[in-house]
Amino acid sequence: MSKPAAKMSSELDERERAAKIIAGDVRTASRLIRALEDRMPAATTTLRRIFPHTGRAHIIGITGSPGAGKSTIADALIESYRKLGKTVGVLAVDPTSPFTGGAILGDRIRMQRHAEDAGVFIRSLATRGSLGGLSHAVGDAIHVLDAMGKDIILIETVGTGQQEVEIINHAHTVIVILVPGMGDDIQAMKAGIMEIADIFVINKADREGAKQLHGIVSAMLDLAREFPGGWRPPILEVENFFEPTSFRERITILQQSVDSHYQLMAGSELMESRLKRKSILKLNDALQAVLIEPVMRDLARDGKLEAMIGLIMRKEADPYSLAEEIAARYFPAGTESKIMAPQ
Amino acid sequence: MDEREKIRIMVAKPGLDGHDRGARILSRYFRDAGFEVIYTGCHQTPEQIASAAIQEDVDLVGLSCLSGAHRFLFARVVELLREQGADDIVVIGGGIIPEHDFPSLYQAGIKAIFTPGASLESIVAWIQENVKTGSKNE
Repeated sequence: MSKPAAKMSSELDERERAAKIIAGDVRTASRLIRALEDRMPAATTTLRRIFPHTGRAHIIGITGSPGAGKSTIADALIESYRKLGKTVGVLAVDPTSPFTGGAILGDRIRMQRHAEDAGVFIRSLATRGSLGGLSHAVGDAIHVLDAMGKDIILIETVGTGQQEVEIINHAHTVIVILVPGMGDDIQAMKAGIMEIADIFVINKADREGAKQLHGIVSAMLDLAREFPGGWRPPILEVENFFEPTSFRERITILQQSVDSHYQLMAGSELMESRLKRKSILKLNDALQAVLIEPVMRDLARDGKLEAMIGLIMRKEADPYSLAEEIAARYFPAGTESKIMAPQ
Repeated sequence: MDEREKIRIMVAKPGLDGHDRGARILSRYFRDAGFEVIYTGCHQTPEQIASAAIQEDVDLVGLSCLSGAHRFLFARVVELLREQGADDIVVIGGGIIPEHDFPSLYQAGIKAIFTPGASLESIVAWIQENVKTGSKNE
């Protein structure tokens, strides 16, 4: 087969793949997410095609410490939204071992009852060395679910510590789940995860210490000078999962609260500032893929990367000088102005 | 490690069998071998397993069954994957499985069977040898 013909057929494949995803095809979508996680160049081409079809979903982030109940709340929210006739996509992130590169992805266990529901798509992602409580691929995976036409996208972060706040770059509404008796009352005063909540959930609120925790989070909110868009994060208590009626009632209140937040956001400048932050991030990611990664691959190919790492390890060179050297080689003087002023 | 070499597998327990210590130990061992392991938990229907395997785009599904219902359950998972155009997902099985059931399971499309006494290393080695790694998108 001649080269142009091959190129054409692959273009056709790309178009077909994009069309299948927009039509909601699960197999194509899950394979694309895999390719995005593996950073396959062809995946970016498909992403480009589906990009115009994104931006319609309500993206909800769920974060909190390990064992706080993120997967259980996600599972309950899936049920709520399905009852309202909405389709749901879920991205559940669990940590990759820094030692072996392996991962146990176990969030799905709590949501498996939705596995056969065609209106629900659940995908587990490993962090693969990414910090911030998410995976590098999460932003791209959101686009895939969005293009598939999911009305609601739930993102469950890894069980977070204090600094895993990256979720605000991706979600419209962030739910922070706290549980009594885990020192969360002191955490409430700290910066980081406590600042990113649009809604607080005090889960397992039938346990001792729930009222105090509620009081302290509320007092912390009283100290805030202002709330963007006038939204004061509500504090919702969710208790005893084993009492289905009251549990369901609390989840319905949570779901209504999530929807109110989105409605308020959609009609205000909050949406624009969020979109702006996200656009900067996307450009940053794309630059990484287009500029940095090819350079790194090139350096690795002729052994220069290995040599440079050795220099840094032995303190014979510092990373900043080496970076300047690399920049001078790949982006000679004048390239910068060409990038800035294409005319 | 090159991320393109990452093997993604699912460990699932079909049917009415709540004994999952073996499945959990295997999952943990697979993690230590550098695999990404999705664990579904117990009491899964073949339909749930097939559908989850496709949503997760795994390379392989490992089924564990100690209840004696493997002949139906294992075969049904393979059949469902085939029906949904996902017959490239390798299915293997393990548990209390009498040797005289092996031929019918192989015929149904199960690619390997591991019974008590099989070493963890031998299972990992089989997977590394028989699973086409990396993204199938290219």
